[in-house]
Formats: sequence, structure tokens, C-alpha cells
Amino acid sequence: MPLLIAFLSGLLMSAGIIVSQMVNPEKVLAFLNVTDNWDPSLLLVMAAALCVYTIGYQLTLRRQNPCYAASFNLPAKGKVDLSLVLGAALFGTGWGLSGYCPGPAIIALSSGSIATLGFCAAMITGWFISRRINMI
Amino acid sequence: MENFTPISAIIGGGLIGLGALLLLAGSGRIAGISGITAGALFSKNDKSWRLAFVAGLLVAPFLFRLFIADFSFPVPELSWQLLLAGLLVGLGTGWGNGCTSGHGICGVSRCSVRSVIATLVFMLTGLLTASIMH
Repeated sequence: MPLLIAFLSGLLMSAGIIVSQMVNPEKVLAFLNVTDNWDPSLLLVMAAALCVYTIGYQLTLRRQNPCYAASFNLPAKGKVDLSLVLGAALFGTGWGLSGYCPGPAIIALSSGSIATLGFCAAMITGWFISRRINMI
Repeated sequence: MENFTPISAIIGGGLIGLGALLLLAGSGRIAGISGITAGALFSKNDKSWRLAFVAGLLVAPFLFRLFIADFSFPVPELSWQLLLAGLLVGLGTGWGNGCTSGHGICGVSRCSVRSVIATLVFMLTGLLTASIMH
């Protein structure tokens, strides 16, 4: 059951990224680039997802446990540190350069584009390095 | 604003929220795409559910074309700038512990201070970079 849940979760999130056109980096860049013909669509995508998840989160946490797992496995409330802030800044820079964040880039692999494959390979290299070397 | 697509944005965003919620309600986990995918590739344990999640991401476009509607989308040209962007996205989401889904949607909904700060920082740097470079 946990495998099916995870598969369906990935499937639904992917469908949402396709329907909202966030799989198209030009659409994302039309939001991030505020200087020319601004397209606020991404803001509505975030707002809709936040509404659904915020309400659902409150309802779900009334339960003692998730439906198909022994307990909730949520990140502890940690401190804001330099690694978080600089990491987010590096991510934002790469996102603004390309219009790709991880989800859409992985989903866009279905196009067979060599460029998208190259982006994902570079991203995976980045993940590998970040797990070997601490930022600070 | 002639490219604004509010209906598909709201429906798509709702689906993203539902997908993330399913993982929370079913398995008690946060649906952060960067962390789950990196974990599927590099972590030593708990690999199988992560791989199943990534399989869902990868299979959806094919099922979508088959059962719902045909669609296509532009892809970028291969360039050094694109590869650098990929490296920055990997390093940044690795060191910053999350991306648009984990911090931006799940974390912000949970009122996690770390996620709110991370989301503000990557939104702002994304806006600045895209506005200067494009």
C-alpha cells in the first residue's frame, strides 16, 4: 500500500504540473520575469495548492496516525541557518536562469529533449555533491 | 497579462495540493520532489516508496496523453547556461533541503519558519535572475 500511495501521489502532482502548464519553462519565466508582459499564473498555482494542502493538513493531523503508516514522519521545526538561505538563493538563481525547478524538469523528460536530460543530469550531480560536501 | 491562464492554474494547483496531501494522509510524509528524488537515487534505505513516487512523476505525462488529452510543451535549447542552472538547482535544493513543492507548498502550509524563509528567498532570487537575464 505505501508504494501505491507514493506512486499515485507522484502521478497526481505530475498531472497538476502538466495541467497548470508549469512543465513549460517559458510559462514559468513569464511569471519570474516581471519586466515584460507579466503572467501571474504561477502565483495562482501556488495559491490553489496552498489552499488544498493547508486545509487537508489540519484535517489529517487530527488523526493519530496516517492511514497506511505507523506514524507521521514530518521534519522537525529547525533553525533558519546559512545553509538554508544560501541554498534557497542558489536554487532561485538556477530557477530564474532556466525556468525549471525539480518537478517540472523531471516531468519534461517525457519530451525526449536532450537539453532537459542535460539539465536533470546537472541537477542530480548537484544533489550528489550537496550530500558529500556541507555548504558551510 | 494576455498569457494569464487562471482556470488551468487553479485546477493544476489543486491537483498538486491533492497529490501532496495523499502522501501525507497515506504515508505521513512531506511531498518534497527534490528530497524524494535525491533520496531515491542516493539514500541507502527507504528507497522503494521514493522510487514509486518518482515513477508516478515520470509516467503521468504518458498516461495523460493516452487517457485525457494530447499536449506538448516547449523545451529549452541545450546550453552551458542551462547546465549551470541545473547544477545550481541541484546544489541549492540539496543544501537548502527543499524546492517549490517541499518548502513552497508543504512547508508554507505547515507554517514552518524555515520553509517560509526559503520560499521568500528562492522566489526573490528567481524573480531577480529572470528579470535581469531574460
